[in-house]
Amino acid sequence: MNQTATAPASESINSGLQPGADPMLPVPYIIQKTRRELRDTFTLELTPALNSDQPFHFAPGQFTMLYAFGYGEVPISISGDPANPGTLIHTIREVGAITRALGRLKRGASVGVRGPFGVGWPVTAAEGSDVVILAGGLGLAPLRPAIYQILAQRARYGNVCIYYGARSPADILFLQQLQRWRGRFDITVEVTVDRAPADWSGRVGVVTQLLTRASSQSGFDPVHTIALVCGPEVMMRFCASALNEQGVGDERIYLSVERNMKCALGFCGHCQFGPGFVCKDGPVYRLDQIKPLLTIREL
Amino acid sequence: MLTDAGYAVIGPQISDGAIVYEPLESAADLPQGWIDEQAGGHYRLQQNTRPALFDYVVGPHSWKRYLFPPRQRLWQAERNDQGFQINTDQPATPRYAFIGVRSCEIKAMQIQDRVFNNGHFADPGYQTRRENAFIVAVNCARPGGTCFCVSMDSGPKARQGFDLALTEILDDERHVFMVETGSDRGRDILAQLALTPADMTDINAASAVTQNAVKNMQKAMPDGVETLLKRNLEHPQWEAVAQRCLSCGNCTMVCPTCFCTTVEDSTDLSATVAERWRQWDSCFSVDFSYIHGGSIRREGYSRYRQWMTHKLAHWHDQFDSSGCVGCGRCVTWCPVGIDITEEARAIQDSEKEASA
Amino acid sequence: MKPEGLEHLLKEHPLFDQINPDYLAIIAGCAANERFNAGATIFREGSPADKFYLIRHGAVALEIHIPGREPLIIDTLHEGDILGWSWLVPPYQWFLDARAVQLCRMVSLDATCLRSKMENDHALGYELYRRFMPVAAKRLQAGRLQLIDMYAQPSERA
Repeated sequence: MNQTATAPASESINSGLQPGADPMLPVPYIIQKTRRELRDTFTLELTPALNSDQPFHFAPGQFTMLYAFGYGEVPISISGDPANPGTLIHTIREVGAITRALGRLKRGASVGVRGPFGVGWPVTAAEGSDVVILAGGLGLAPLRPAIYQILAQRARYGNVCIYYGARSPADILFLQQLQRWRGRFDITVEVTVDRAPADWSGRVGVVTQLLTRASSQSGFDPVHTIALVCGPEVMMRFCASALNEQGVGDERIYLSVERNMKCALGFCGHCQFGPGFVCKDGPVYRLDQIKPLLTIREL
Repeated sequence: MLTDAGYAVIGPQISDGAIVYEPLESAADLPQGWIDEQAGGHYRLQQNTRPALFDYVVGPHSWKRYLFPPRQRLWQAERNDQGFQINTDQPATPRYAFIGVRSCEIKAMQIQDRVFNNGHFADPGYQTRRENAFIVAVNCARPGGTCFCVSMDSGPKARQGFDLALTEILDDERHVFMVETGSDRGRDILAQLALTPADMTDINAASAVTQNAVKNMQKAMPDGVETLLKRNLEHPQWEAVAQRCLSCGNCTMVCPTCFCTTVEDSTDLSATVAERWRQWDSCFSVDFSYIHGGSIRREGYSRYRQWMTHKLAHWHDQFDSSGCVGCGRCVTWCPVGIDITEEARAIQDSEKEASA
Repeated sequence: MKPEGLEHLLKEHPLFDQINPDYLAIIAGCAANERFNAGATIFREGSPADKFYLIRHGAVALEIHIPGREPLIIDTLHEGDILGWSWLVPPYQWFLDARAVQLCRMVSLDATCLRSKMENDHALGYELYRRFMPVAAKRLQAGRLQLIDMYAQPSERA
């Protein structure tokens, strides 16, 4: 690998909108399956209400605007497998009126979908590199499509490490999947929680500690690593510092930014983050492009 | 004549003590002989001795209220077996003719054009209204007390972006308009009028009109404001302005380029018909930056900073131009008279002091 | 195990990475090999902090006991980590409970022995403080991040 090569740009797939179609109109989708993941988190599997075999192509890290009839829309990252575009999968946390309304919907109910929007993770561009995935809380959901794609083409990557931090053992998202991945010989999976009851035999501590402890055991080669980070902004900030300490440069670190969003088209102005719009310049940013902004208060 | 050509004619007239843009029935509706006295937090109409039709400058309205309505139904949806059916029928959009558009306002429209067609997505309603709009510009004869268009390179003379442009020439001998054409549509309309070709005297007289506006303009935006603000995202002046700013959002409502919106979703009582409405929003509200659990911009300083740095600095990154046209509305209609040019100058002066 | 063998184990640990061999020999004089079975208590809150441990293998849970509640694990330590810094800070008492989660193999260092050597040789003292300070600081920083409860539902945040 050429060490002087600049790190790759993030990836996106243009919106699947028909040319000339009004980008502000939600398309009806039917819920094929709902799954309670955690106390406050659930997954919806969707297919289009009309043309039900119309594939929904997306790049890992992209999001849609999901509409609960009469309640409104929220930006939700896609958490499914990009190789299976027949089903559109979202994992959603109940944090407000709209997400709670989505959480009450049953199989067969309809939702509206616009998208996909935004720039995703540099999964293809990371081929040839070691990949470190740092996820916190629900932040594992937007990274799961990237994990699917990397594991499907495992041979194209160097070492692959997944480090996941959750609030408590009861808050570990995709637990069974993490266990399955952990059972593979070709990736490292470490999970830590912020606090745990005494019967927990796993790790306790913050996710940044996994990183510092891991690399001393040569989990990845910092100068040949692409790091994908997703979680609460404060967690991403400290993960970025920890990655820097390990020798991973800002131009090799990607993170996903969250802001208020009403349209996802660059019209509503809500998602501005310094010079850009999170809906079209993000949500995934390369750290060197936004680092100065992360420490400015209330930007 | 524009009415005959199928246009809904909108123009300046007096309402509630201000010049506003409303449907115009005849030239008699124009506020002839009125001028506006404007300063920070101050606007007053006065009867002038000159019987000019366009001696006032801009009021609280801008043309964006027609091209980008303050409240608009985006769609209606009705539940059915396949989930729901979206109905996008919009009331037929009139083809507007705007009379008395100032140079800064043309620039503001061109700025919003880039917002609502950003290369990825286009707002179809805006595109239609904008393409249909017939623009009759008027070159300014005097600056308002809060105008700074010269420093934003957006006036006072309209150079392009109009169908017709008028310069009002009013002296002891005559009261005439010099008219320039800017489009085929403009030429077609003009062809139906009996006109006298302008000679050099007329052209010089028209030029003197706008020169007068340039000469008397009192305010200016400091040079290099884009980089100045980007260097000073953290600066005590933001807190200083927050002490005065009421976060009322007036500046964003009167600004001819501010484009932020929110949406409102609702259903009927039986929850079978849902609607989405879009309405103007302001980055001065706390809710504007809300993400689950809290708002990003909780304090007044950060909301003022967002507005001003967006307008004057980050707009360049987003749309390749400043978002400010120097119309002065935000200064005039600020209840406490905060002056965007003075705030920029205060930051600039602090840098000068620091390096002195 | 002979001191030379312990010296070798110490040298392999990140805490003593590239340390002056003379110091290593002194430190090894205070070292011993220890082993704790899964579930064993290594130390208890309030008891004398007369040792610290370099974890060679296994996992240790640091727990805090709250009357009327289940014990809460607030940190776990693993291979390559250091267990215990209270031995450096008066009154030299453990602040938490430490329990072996798995079979643990560790090198312990006698605190009384080491403290007196550090007192006699301030250069050695400086060297050890210099190496311990980042460990303590990292753990404090991690604790502060845990404190903000960043993954909590907004309504549940402290």
